[in-house]
Amino acid sequence: MLGYLIRRILAAIPVMGVVALFVFLLLRLTPGDPAAILAGDNATPEQLDRIRTSLGLNEPLYTQFITWIGKLLHGDFGVSLISNVPVITMIGNRIEPTISIALSTIILTVIVAVPLGVVAAWKHGTWVDRFVMALSVIGFSVPVFVIGYVLIQVFAIDLRWLPVQGYRSFARGFGPFFERIALPTLALSFIYIALIARMTRAAMLDVLDEDYIRTARAKGIAEHGVLLRHALRNAAVPVITVIGTGFALLISGVVVTETVFNLPGIGRLTVDAVLARDYPVIQAMILLTSGIYVAVNLLIDLSYTLLDPRIRY
Amino acid sequence: MAVDALPDPSLRITPRRLGRNLLRSNPIIAVAVICLAAIVLMAIFAPLLSPHDPQLLAPAQRLKPASAEYPLGTDAFGRDVLSRIIYGGRISLLIGLGSAVFSVAIGLLIGLVSGFFKWVDAVMMRIMDGLMAIPGILLAIAVVSLSGASLTTVLIAITIPEVPRVARLVRSVVLSAREEPYVEAAISVGSSLPKIMWRHLVPNTIAPLIVQGTYVCASAILVEAILSFLGCGISPEIPTWGNIMAEGRAFFQIKPSLIFWPGLLLSIAILSVNLIGDAARDALDPRMKQREARP
Repeated sequence: MLGYLIRRILAAIPVMGVVALFVFLLLRLTPGDPAAILAGDNATPEQLDRIRTSLGLNEPLYTQFITWIGKLLHGDFGVSLISNVPVITMIGNRIEPTISIALSTIILTVIVAVPLGVVAAWKHGTWVDRFVMALSVIGFSVPVFVIGYVLIQVFAIDLRWLPVQGYRSFARGFGPFFERIALPTLALSFIYIALIARMTRAAMLDVLDEDYIRTARAKGIAEHGVLLRHALRNAAVPVITVIGTGFALLISGVVVTETVFNLPGIGRLTVDAVLARDYPVIQAMILLTSGIYVAVNLLIDLSYTLLDPRIRY
Repeated sequence: MAVDALPDPSLRITPRRLGRNLLRSNPIIAVAVICLAAIVLMAIFAPLLSPHDPQLLAPAQRLKPASAEYPLGTDAFGRDVLSRIIYGGRISLLIGLGSAVFSVAIGLLIGLVSGFFKWVDAVMMRIMDGLMAIPGILLAIAVVSLSGASLTTVLIAITIPEVPRVARLVRSVVLSAREEPYVEAAISVGSSLPKIMWRHLVPNTIAPLIVQGTYVCASAILVEAILSFLGCGISPEIPTWGNIMAEGRAFFQIKPSLIFWPGLLLSIAILSVNLIGDAARDALDPRMKQREARP
């Protein structure tokens, strides 16, 4: 197990290396002077100079890369070109709304999608199954911002149950906090529920064909026991895997959802940075989200041994 | 002498057989095909169908409600919303189709080479892993923000994140196909490498690539709309569904139809392409029915 852990962590290093190289080269290999691209059309020579020094653009490419990686490894993600605030501080200030809706989305998704998938597989071929599958195709196809605006129109404008937009910190009371993350969570969950329900159904269908399910039923075990203890436990590995690979989907969704609901999270921070060409923020966000993605999938790989004792590393 | 790559002619995919299987597998597919065909025709004949010039500014006609002259009203610059929606389909379909074609072509090349040469494989797959770890939207907006938002850069930005998935798919098909006796036979009789790839390996990838291509198309249409919606896409005066919605954001409480109409068409377009992809998958390879993971 320890050997596997070390090998898996070592395997993640080249992946992050490729991400870092990509982020690094993206700015340097874009046609034109990087400093001029970042500064925009009306830049003064002093501004260009400041950007060049700040990003080390006057050095040769390999020196730039080594210095840059060295700083990253020390947790130095650079300074915003617009506000001069360290990028890490900016991200830290705005991470709460993002973590709130990401976590609540994962919780809601698992609560809703797994039972939907189990029931669809159990009632395979019936209208329940077809309904869940139709829901999942629709969930895949309707963009998250369209869902978001429909939710705002219905629950905030027509019914007036919830505030339209904005965010209130958890620290200022659970009620206002919950009211403001309810709709974003619902909007963001849609595609994730579609994905997980579909996967749960497919994994359950595979498992329900197995001999031990027939044996369990023949022994007279109650149907819910068969479904949950015998089938779902065995279907868990592919489902958990998709929760991990779907994480990229979640991150992309967060960026859009925060724009729709005016949440001051890191998704909105990224979009604002892109519009202002604040490259240090953009590169930090790409590195951060990719790092989280790699880490989540690493954890999920390791969790297989807990879910399925037959898997040994 | 070439060894035939497709052993049984009855298993060969002809367009007619494909179409028949598609319809039999799912009647909803007929609806999806009709919807998509309608949107394609709308985009092609946009100049004939739209009542106004989609880019004509009429400041006196700002945010007008629906009327006989402006069936869906006007936007904040007095432009006709219906005309803009009709023209908007052009960009979406162009990006969807272009991204599907390019990502399949590039992914096919990378996948073929990786599946055949071990040393290329090791390097290529690490690069693909790295690209897959970057969330697609972030990667796309980063590319667009640096190189400026033209149709070409948006297309490139949307295609890059799709390539690794196609490459991995092709690679896995090639890895299993090259163990087949007919490939070994082709190697042993001294067929040239390009010939082996083209005649024996590529045909195996066609069915999964058609399916993957439709999914890429759907996802590209979605990502283009998201880029425009966030303000990082094609320049705002060009009518795209995402751009119309982006402008509608500020006026959502006054005129929600600026978001809902393009949103509806966008959803129908993506839904149709996804349904056609699902049906193509079921018709081309019934075994794939069970494996439905599609992150």
